[in-house]
Amino acid sequence: MQYLFSVVDDGTGITGPEVDAAIDVFNDRLRAGGHWVFAGGLASPDAATVVDNRDGAALVTDGPFLESKEYLAGFWVVEAPDLDVALALASAGSRSCHRKVEVRPFR
Amino acid sequence: MTEAVTRAHRDEWARVVSALTRRFGDLDVAEEAAAEAFATAVERWPADGVPPNPGAWLTTTAQRKAVDRLRREAKRDDKHREALVVHEPQPTGADGAIDDDRLRLLFTCCHPALAVQARVALTLRLVGGLTVPEIARAFLVAESAVGQRITRAKAKIKAARVPYRVPSAEDLPARVSSVLTVLFLVFNEGYLATGTGPVRPDLTAEAIRLTRLLHALLPHDGEVTGLLALMLLTEARRPARVAGDELVPLDEQDRGAWDHALIAEGHALVRERLAAGVAPGRYQVLAAINAVHTSARHMHDTDWSQVLALYDLLVRIDPSPVVALNRAVAVAELDGPEVALAVVDRLEPELAGYHAFHATRADLLRRLGRRAESRAAYDRAVELTGNTAEIACLVRRRDQRA
Repeated sequence: MQYLFSVVDDGTGITGPEVDAAIDVFNDRLRAGGHWVFAGGLASPDAATVVDNRDGAALVTDGPFLESKEYLAGFWVVEAPDLDVALALASAGSRSCHRKVEVRPFR
Repeated sequence: MTEAVTRAHRDEWARVVSALTRRFGDLDVAEEAAAEAFATAVERWPADGVPPNPGAWLTTTAQRKAVDRLRREAKRDDKHREALVVHEPQPTGADGAIDDDRLRLLFTCCHPALAVQARVALTLRLVGGLTVPEIARAFLVAESAVGQRITRAKAKIKAARVPYRVPSAEDLPARVSSVLTVLFLVFNEGYLATGTGPVRPDLTAEAIRLTRLLHALLPHDGEVTGLLALMLLTEARRPARVAGDELVPLDEQDRGAWDHALIAEGHALVRERLAAGVAPGRYQVLAAINAVHTSARHMHDTDWSQVLALYDLLVRIDPSPVVALNRAVAVAELDGPEVALAVVDRLEPELAGYHAFHATRADLLRRLGRRAESRAAYDRAVELTGNTAEIACLVRRRDQRA
């Protein structure tokens, strides 16, 4: 079973080499436990561009789809046998990156 | 005969649902098959007689119903075919001490990933065996809302794969605490029901029944014991707590009308926890406070210094303004209403919208002879109270002094 951990930044998140190091430790733990699937950090929402080609005429607009104080700062995709294991991992992940983590199962 | 089915429903419902959930790995299938099995019992037992082991009969019948349903669905839909695969029983926790399907069911229904109201509805339905209309009536919400809460919760359990097992020793205290929160909510809703009627004995009884079950499954958990004792000592006072349609406060209750068997049982549980010599949690301290109150034959025999010492302990565990407010009542008895009023007034910023804050203030002001202020505080308390029996009590106390 795979879960998406969305890292939510509400403007209070801190960054720096110490946070990066803590995330590296957490990533190593994911790999060692066989939970690692994929992960990535995202650039600021200011760098986002929205494309809408539902009508066959692509409309390109600057900025994020939703303007909000909270935004997606990164994500993990993890393999876990059940939600309790996923929540325990997310708890360690949240601690490592100093941000809230939303846990959502893949279908 | 209906009595036999009713008794079996009370005693066996949770066992049937939990056993089926483990076998089929699906709460929906388990709930529906259990309901069908009990409906079959209503039809068959009057003619065939009550089977020697009603629980085993019900579980077997429910399992057949579940297999029938899954076969029917498998013909229509390939997705259901995998549900026919019998799930291997999950290995128990490392300590292996607790192995009861009902405990797994309780932990699943009270999982912290579910909203509290959903936990309450799901627990009453799947563990307590209450019907959706019964739950809706008890909480004064629409049936459709209760049905939706239960459906959504079951869907989340399935989609997010909430495991069907007793949590690991490491997670156990937090998870037990989540179960206790649900049981205490059910009890309190019965004890201080919103709307008309002072108490809902069906809800308090259900909460006690489920807490007894949890206590039987986790006999060494101090907080489970504490909550059971707290409920028993509170329930024991129920016969004296209401006169007509009016709530009777502790200091005016006829103590002879208390249920002394429940008090003895509650006191024994509190003594058991004291003997354990382990630092108590919130529910154990609350139970101990209630044990002191129920030990006093008259209000003036109450050992207030012990009550205050216990509240001091509680403040350290739970530094909430509501606890500080209740502590002030003991302060009033020991140091007088003036000292207590000063304590209470400091809580105003946090408790200005809480009826008990104004009721406590009103009583202290009354004792200090500050009648106009007391009356105004009673008025504010009445405005903020949701329970008609409590309003009647507040109005009488207010007018007594006018």
